[in-house]
Amino acid sequence: MKTALVTGGSRGIGKAISLSLGKSFNVVVGYSSSKDSAEEVVEDIVKSGGTATAIQIDVKSSESIENAFVTIEEEFDGVDVLVNNAGITKDNILPRLKEDDWNDVIDTNLSGSFKTSQRAIKHMMKNKWGRIVFISSIVGMMGNQGQANYAASKAGLIGLSKSIAKEMGSRNITSNVIAPGYVDTDMTAFLTDEQKNNIIEQLSIKRIGKPEDIANIVSFLTSDESEYITGQVISVDGGITS
Amino acid sequence: MEVNEVFEKVKNLFVEELGIDAEKVTMEAKLEEDLEIDSLGIVEVVMAFEDEFGIEIDDDELTDVGTVGQAVNLLHSKL
Repeated sequence: MKTALVTGGSRGIGKAISLSLGKSFNVVVGYSSSKDSAEEVVEDIVKSGGTATAIQIDVKSSESIENAFVTIEEEFDGVDVLVNNAGITKDNILPRLKEDDWNDVIDTNLSGSFKTSQRAIKHMMKNKWGRIVFISSIVGMMGNQGQANYAASKAGLIGLSKSIAKEMGSRNITSNVIAPGYVDTDMTAFLTDEQKNNIIEQLSIKRIGKPEDIANIVSFLTSDESEYITGQVISVDGGITS
Repeated sequence: MEVNEVFEKVKNLFVEELGIDAEKVTMEAKLEEDLEIDSLGIVEVVMAFEDEFGIEIDDDELTDVGTVGQAVNLLHSKL
C-alpha cells in the first residue's frame, strides 16, 4: 500500500483529508502542535481498518521536515502522496500588517510547502509515481481584505504546483491545487452568523463548505484515476468564483 | 578508489536507476545522444551519485559533463 502524508492533517480540512485517504493509503498525519487531535485521527483511521501514524512536523524548519521523513521512511517505504495542507493566517489590512506576520504566513504556507515537496519528490522520482496536492484558497485568486499575506502565500502555491507539474510529468508525478472557498473549520469560526449569511448569498450552492467537500476531490486527485490531470487549479467553493 | 571502480559503480547506477542496458554504458557513451537520458534523468543520476559516494556536486560542475567518462572523471576527482 502506498503512503500519504498530510501536513496539518489533524484538524479542519486536513483532518477530513487524512480520514478520506485512510481508505486507500497508509496515512501519516502531520501536526505542528495538536498532538492529541492527530492521535485521535490516527485512531479513527485504524478503527476503520486502515493504517496510520502521527508525526510532528514544523514545515517552517527543514530540520523538522528531514527528521519526520527519516522516521516515515523507517516505518513505510516513503511518501508517495503529499498533501500540502498546513497553513496559518495572521490577518491585518496592509497598512497595519506587521512584517513578522507577513513572513510567518509566507514561511509556513508557501516556503513550508516548497520544502516539504522538495523532500518528498526524491522518492517519487525514484518510483516514477507520485501525487502532490496543494491546499490553496480562492483568496489566492481573488484577494481578500486583511489577507494580503495569506492571499500571496496561496497564490504562490499555484505557481509552485504548476512548475512541479511541468518538471515532473515525465515521471508520472502529478501536482495540482485545490482552492477551497469558505469551509466550516476553526479558521472560519470567527465569522458571525450575519457574515456567514452574507457569504451564503454569494454562493450558487447555498451552504458553507464542509471539510469533506475538499477531502473528496483530494482522494480523486491522489488516485490512479486522475493520472492525466496535472498543473490544475480546482476551486471547490460552492460556485463563489463561477 | 580507482577510475575503473568508479566506472563500475556509475554503470550500476545507470542500470539500476534509469534502466539503461549495461552494454550501452561505456566511457565514451554520450549521456543524451547514446543513452537517451533527459535533463531530469541527469538530475536523478546526480542525486544517486551524491547518495552513493557521499559527496555534493554543484550544478556548475556538470556543465562540461557530456559523456559517461567525463562523469566518472568528475566523481573520481572528488573522492
